[in-house]
Amino acid sequence: MSDIEDGGQFPPGDGEEGPRAPHRVIGTPPPARARTLLRTPPEKRPPPRWLPAEPGTDPGQATRAERVVAALFVLSALASIGFIAAYVGLEVRSVDATLRSNLALGISMSVAFGALAVGAVIWVRYLMPQVNLTEERHPLASSPQERAEFEETFTQGAEASGFVKRKLLRRTLIAATVPLAVAPIVLLRDLGPLPGTSLRHTVWRRGMRMLVYGPNTPLRAADFAIPGQMITVVPEGFQDNQDVLAKATTIIIKFAPGQLGPPTVMNWTVDGIVAYSKICTHVGCPVALYEQTTHHILCPCHQSTFDATRGAQVIFGPAARPLPQLPIGTDAEGFLIAESDYHEPVGPSFWERG
Amino acid sequence: MTKSNTTKALETTGVFLDDRLRGARVTTAFLRKLYPDHWSFLLGEIALYSFVILLLTGTFLTFFFQPSMTEVIYHGTYTPLRGVRMSEAYASTLNISFDVRGGLLMRQIHHWAALLFLAAIMVHMLRIFFTGAYRKPREFNWLIGITLFVLGLLEGLFGYSLPDDLLSGTGLRITQGVLQSIPIVGTYGSYFLFGGEFPGHLIIPRLYVIHILLIPALLLALISAHLFFMFHQKHTQMPGKGRTNANVVGSPTYPYFAAKTGAFFFFIFAVLALLSTFAQINPIWLFGPYNPSGITAGSQPDFYMGALEGALRIMPAWEWNVFGHTFAFNVFIPALVPLGIIFTGAALWPFLEQWATGDRSEHHVNDRPRNAPTRTAVGMAAVTFWGVLWLEGANDIIADQLQIPLFTLTWIARVAVILGPIIAYWVTKRICLGLQRKDAHLLEHGVETGIIRQLPSGGYVEDTRPVSEDLRAVLEYNRVGRPELTAPRAGEDAEEVPAPDARTPIGRVRSRANRLLTESIPIEADGHGNGYGNGQAAPAAVTADEQGADRPELEQGGSGGEGTGH
Repeated sequence: MSDIEDGGQFPPGDGEEGPRAPHRVIGTPPPARARTLLRTPPEKRPPPRWLPAEPGTDPGQATRAERVVAALFVLSALASIGFIAAYVGLEVRSVDATLRSNLALGISMSVAFGALAVGAVIWVRYLMPQVNLTEERHPLASSPQERAEFEETFTQGAEASGFVKRKLLRRTLIAATVPLAVAPIVLLRDLGPLPGTSLRHTVWRRGMRMLVYGPNTPLRAADFAIPGQMITVVPEGFQDNQDVLAKATTIIIKFAPGQLGPPTVMNWTVDGIVAYSKICTHVGCPVALYEQTTHHILCPCHQSTFDATRGAQVIFGPAARPLPQLPIGTDAEGFLIAESDYHEPVGPSFWERG
Repeated sequence: MTKSNTTKALETTGVFLDDRLRGARVTTAFLRKLYPDHWSFLLGEIALYSFVILLLTGTFLTFFFQPSMTEVIYHGTYTPLRGVRMSEAYASTLNISFDVRGGLLMRQIHHWAALLFLAAIMVHMLRIFFTGAYRKPREFNWLIGITLFVLGLLEGLFGYSLPDDLLSGTGLRITQGVLQSIPIVGTYGSYFLFGGEFPGHLIIPRLYVIHILLIPALLLALISAHLFFMFHQKHTQMPGKGRTNANVVGSPTYPYFAAKTGAFFFFIFAVLALLSTFAQINPIWLFGPYNPSGITAGSQPDFYMGALEGALRIMPAWEWNVFGHTFAFNVFIPALVPLGIIFTGAALWPFLEQWATGDRSEHHVNDRPRNAPTRTAVGMAAVTFWGVLWLEGANDIIADQLQIPLFTLTWIARVAVILGPIIAYWVTKRICLGLQRKDAHLLEHGVETGIIRQLPSGGYVEDTRPVSEDLRAVLEYNRVGRPELTAPRAGEDAEEVPAPDARTPIGRVRSRANRLLTESIPIEADGHGNGYGNGQAAPAAVTADEQGADRPELEQGGSGGEGTGH
């Protein structure tokens, strides 16, 4: 409206009355201002709506959808109340009761959430106007001016701090952070002991009896049947020590005369009974499966297969070494005993094993 | 009435908040933010909401779980295990299952949500890869996503190990055996993690802290960054009419996206609750407490560890003993190399692609997988590689079900893990190029209408109808208007002397990669069969019947009809 003063006229298009406005007399207030004093300016048009107000579908459908959604929300509320009721009303503390409680809680919870989900989706689809709006996307990079401003700020800060100029400060600061970063690593040292030679030994000693895993009873060489099953044995006195069992658990199998062959060490067997480590030489699972007809020992984890009659050599699978053989004998009462520890490390490979 | 209520709420709460926080402008922008719609954009949301559910149910479980390996004799509700020695961790897991109301449900939801979390991450990642949504400017989010995936795998493995049942202990034993096999540091790493020999008494409390604090905190931080970047850079969109690199087409946060995403959260919670009610998962009371001497046949890890398990099973028994040291190739190679290839390859891919194509521009409209045949083929090769290893992870079950000898099956897998990806690469590429041909055909010749007409000359033609505008926008995207590539392309033309850059060995590799990655079926924009061809000159081919004026064009349409044959 500033150009009114020049022409003394309303610019065309500034309302209907523009052209008919009186010529301006010098010294009088601009007519426009005078006009605003006299009457309110024409009301501004409201900006176009961002979203339509009505769904645009027929009102009958909307009403039906509203009822369905409301019903679903009520259902959800009822299910939540049902959940609370099931929690209060249904005891656990027995397997059957737990399963009943789980069923009631689970169903009510599923319905409570499910009804809310379905209700909300119907609401969006049938009660909200469908829109597909477009928004401009701007390049992500900053403008050159913004970048220059940043560069200036950063440079000035660096200069003011003296970080660039004062080399001594900069270098000693960097030197100070290095040992500081090492300190927390050192702090982790006591997480565990050093391995030492612990992986090379088990608790088996000369004269130590072998107990059947589970019942923990010693067994005699005479107790075996042929063809024998595979029996898991543990060192007497360590039946409940998991750290010991993780290395020392052993399997024994009895064979008919002549079945065992090299590289089984025959001196380490008793009466056709041979003992191997039960800990797989791959990654340490117990080799628990034994096939009597083929004499194959199989690890259920990764299917390494060992030939029990041939020094537990690897027949197939990822294990690279045979199961170590334990020298066994019998004591005065005829019970099976170990003659010594294993002669090589049992279990999975490790760097220092050699 | 609604309006006055809304206004009133804004006048009280809104003014109170804005007086203190000055948020009107920012919040308006947030409420008006547009979200493009496509079913595949929900995959990331599934992962996000599974994570939220994991946090909720996990917090509940921590109130009752005892992360202790102290041995106790069980006297609880589950009678078959009464009098059995077990760790407090296992006993408290039994208590959560049988003595805490809702405990079993929460445990099962937690486990199912973990599976869904990782499954959703995997599929989400594939979606991002195949549509090229990782391209500039979204490389950070791609890398964050890969990190989230790896952390998710670890988080799942550690959580699985906590109840100290027979299966989880076996998993832990395998983890320990693998760790111990790593050259030089393996033994020390194992002793430090386990506080000595396996199993010791420290691993469960340690894994517990890692599982409930360390990794969740990292996940939370990275997920926040992931969402912030997604929000800041705006979502990608699928190609379509009116969708360009310079806009976003979709519906706003408020009320649409907010309502839909809320509904989706409830839906996921409902599905997980339903699964946990009817599909039993990890019934630890059936497995018994862990004992290093015991195991069950058919031991399986959770599905996300299957590929790693399969890699261990498939590996030949290679081991070296040199200079007094053991190189257990049979263990550390399958543990590190296959997933190492996948994750390193995935992390480097966006940058390799940029280097090979020379394409450094921003991309906000996704590719259709067929339009990037080499990328899609590489992705399918990776999927096949993972898939073979994953199946091999269940080789004992498969051998049993299909009555195939176990060793034969392992040999099949050993061959398939190498041949499978190559075949998948080749087949995928052919399929992609075939689909491109189909698209090109549609654009050049239009849609067949099935209407056969006789020409005055006596010949027969089939009418075609130009493709709709919507479909055209989809088909044409990234075919026309592909950004100019600046990478050297040597040897395109024998007459052409390649640029000096392209003659170096690296330059040759780059040229070759460039040719591979930009390979596509051209569209003959001014091809034969004009009128019906590009669909612009014959808007109403079907109505041509009634208009004699269109006859001359029909003649040309005839050649278009012939074109259909080739």
